[in-house]
Amino acid sequence: MNALDVPAPLVAIRRLSVQLGANADRLYAVDGVDLDIKPGKILCLVGESGSGKSITAHAIMGLTPKPLACSGEILFDGDNLIGLAAEKHRAIRGRRIGMIFQEPMAALNPVMRVGRQIEEVFRYHGIPGPHDERVVKLLADMGLPEPDLLRHSFPFNLSGGQRQRVMIAMALALDPELLIADEPTTALDVTTQKQILALIKAAQKQRGMGVLMITHDFGVVAEIGDEVAVMRHGRIVERGPVSQVLGDPQHDYTRTLLDAVPRLRPRKREPTGEREPLLSAERVVKTYSSRGGWFAPRRTVAAVQDASFTLARGETLGIVGESGSGKSTLARIIVRLLSADAGQVRLSGVEGNMLDLSSGELAPLRRRVQMVFQDPFASLNPRRTVFEIIAQGLLAHGVSRQAARQRVDELLRLVALEPAAAARYPNAFSGGQRQRIGIARALALEPDVLVADEPVSALDVSIQSRVLELLDDLRNRLRLGMLFITHDLRVAAQICDHVAVMQRGRIVEMGPAADVLFNPRQDYTKLLIDSIPGRGAFARRPQSVPND
Amino acid sequence: MPLFRRFAENRGAVAGLAVLAAVMVMALAAPLLAPGDPMATRGQPLLPPSAQFPFGTDMLGRDVLAGVVHGARISLVIGLISTAIAVLIGVSVGAIAGFFGGWVDDVLVRITEFFQTIPSFIFAILLVAIMTPSLTSIVTAIAVVTWPPIARLARSEFMSLRRREFVEAAVLSGLSRPRIIVSEVLPNAVSPLIVMGSLMIATAILTESALSFLGLGDPNRISWGYMIGAARTVFRQAWWLSVFPGLAIALTVLAINLVGEGLNDALNPHLNGRAKVGS
Repeated sequence: MNALDVPAPLVAIRRLSVQLGANADRLYAVDGVDLDIKPGKILCLVGESGSGKSITAHAIMGLTPKPLACSGEILFDGDNLIGLAAEKHRAIRGRRIGMIFQEPMAALNPVMRVGRQIEEVFRYHGIPGPHDERVVKLLADMGLPEPDLLRHSFPFNLSGGQRQRVMIAMALALDPELLIADEPTTALDVTTQKQILALIKAAQKQRGMGVLMITHDFGVVAEIGDEVAVMRHGRIVERGPVSQVLGDPQHDYTRTLLDAVPRLRPRKREPTGEREPLLSAERVVKTYSSRGGWFAPRRTVAAVQDASFTLARGETLGIVGESGSGKSTLARIIVRLLSADAGQVRLSGVEGNMLDLSSGELAPLRRRVQMVFQDPFASLNPRRTVFEIIAQGLLAHGVSRQAARQRVDELLRLVALEPAAAARYPNAFSGGQRQRIGIARALALEPDVLVADEPVSALDVSIQSRVLELLDDLRNRLRLGMLFITHDLRVAAQICDHVAVMQRGRIVEMGPAADVLFNPRQDYTKLLIDSIPGRGAFARRPQSVPND
Repeated sequence: MPLFRRFAENRGAVAGLAVLAAVMVMALAAPLLAPGDPMATRGQPLLPPSAQFPFGTDMLGRDVLAGVVHGARISLVIGLISTAIAVLIGVSVGAIAGFFGGWVDDVLVRITEFFQTIPSFIFAILLVAIMTPSLTSIVTAIAVVTWPPIARLARSEFMSLRRREFVEAAVLSGLSRPRIIVSEVLPNAVSPLIVMGSLMIATAILTESALSFLGLGDPNRISWGYMIGAARTVFRQAWWLSVFPGLAIALTVLAINLVGEGLNDALNPHLNGRAKVGS
């Protein structure tokens, strides 16, 4: 390519470094990053948590936390944004560079109508009103229904996807030259994610603006990116056009990350022959109702409606669905953390309906059905040592402290942690290690059924696959029946033998994973599969290291 | 010990701790510092501060220094015991209300609000007057009027903690509810409760002084509030009668507040602006 054809970059980052405080685990959050954001292109900055990708984006906006010292240059239209006077930076922010965030609920003012919030952008930048028409047009451009009415609603009246659309409308209100999107779809469901990504892409094309997209998901990169830069430990390890980096990654780390991305493909596993039913649920119903006030009527929401399934020994049943589909509620009913309104749950070897047992009758049966939780940080008591956390069930069931210590050692080895870990507190461990501790705790009482509620959704992809392998291996070795709750069909494809798809509290499709995921019959299942980001690109990509 | 180091970073807290320690030593060593009954007449009435009586004497010829030294005992004892009882009641009520929720919560919150709507000092006067003034009745009265704020704090802590996944995990492990409340949830809620409790000791000392000032103190024991109350008629003739016990009250309460704030900063490092940014 001729050098003259290359347009000048919109933003040129040179030797950007951001120094961390004295007690941090490394010296620099961002360590000598060079990056060009070109006009009219979407640049994806990819990395795992703690790689410094968000700090880089925040440095462009001048939003790094106060004590962090930035050095280097961020050149935007002749100005160095580092050390720029606050008022000059404010004039650029919003007008020439727009930003959207991961959690739109936290970024919008909860007590102000959304139309007013968009108007504020105009008013703040000194554009004379009235703004009504502009606001309505923006909202209509974002594909929001009835923009003339919607602008009078409060953020809590809108769905997550609608809120993100309002955020994008605010960011684009003044036609900025650059849009910075910090994980804009991470908090959204797959189907909504697909729509939002399409919206960003369309807006970028139409306005010819540059986009810096921060993401941890290579699927998102494949879906909308033009160029990609991979970050690790504050440095950029690889960059290039998306097709090139995804098709022929040069750096080992990029290759590891790409291989770790779960993909939708059938699982090679011979059928276990005869199914030995372990747990079955029949027509389980759960309705939530808000407490009616004097003037407000009672509102009821059917969280789970007539859910039925059977789980066999040594088999994984996946329950997939979007947020609010009732999958977590169903899981909590199965382990009896919640009570159901109607229905039956039967466990092999137990007479009668588990849902009808009193808490006294239930106590000795609790150990047979255990749970692995979603959040590796909230699920471990920060004030107890790992030994106490894992042994709490054993000790409560009258096992001696000495026997418990031996068992904890065994369990730690089983989940590939050092026995020395027992003496430490949870804050000494990373997310993936904490999840292993959570799994060890669930296995301590030798359960027959393991209910895993989104056990990998809070983890980085490279750690995800290892935790999934561990769960699969344990299910196999201990002949567990595993109920695996997930929103991610790719994860389900990797680990589940059978899959049930839930939508608004109902199981809409259920069957062997190969049938449901590769030959779906319901429209909703098809929609979910279609929404997986970057599906086409990854289906073509051969895996460099076979997973099995 | 990082907790102590964080505490020691706060100079005000260290100064407060030093003053508080001095007051405690004074209280413990009262029989040595000022032997004999502080209520006994020692010399001429209304003598100004001198070498023999550094803080002077009151209108009955009692040594004011002896009164201040012995008064420290009453103030600290009442402050500590009444706060301990208030924390015990408050945490139990708050923990049960917050953990169980539902109608249990409704009932307990109504009871708490009932106590909170009565002006606390008037309520305390009423209780002491009914029970006749004595050490026990004063401690009881102060505890009864001060537990509601602790209950509310404990309730909100427990409400947010009981939804955490580690509590659910404890339920699945078969732990009993009292075990979960005491050994899983309480340790996570304890820091704000310690801070609030430490600040309440100061309030309790002030309340006791105010009660004694009004003549509702234990008649058999000397206390700072009683000394100031007795001196109010001769305030303009004998300033030393009210100034020294008044200073003792002010210094002790200030010291406790400083220590309480230091504890707050040390126990909740992420709450104050000085926390280091990282990770």
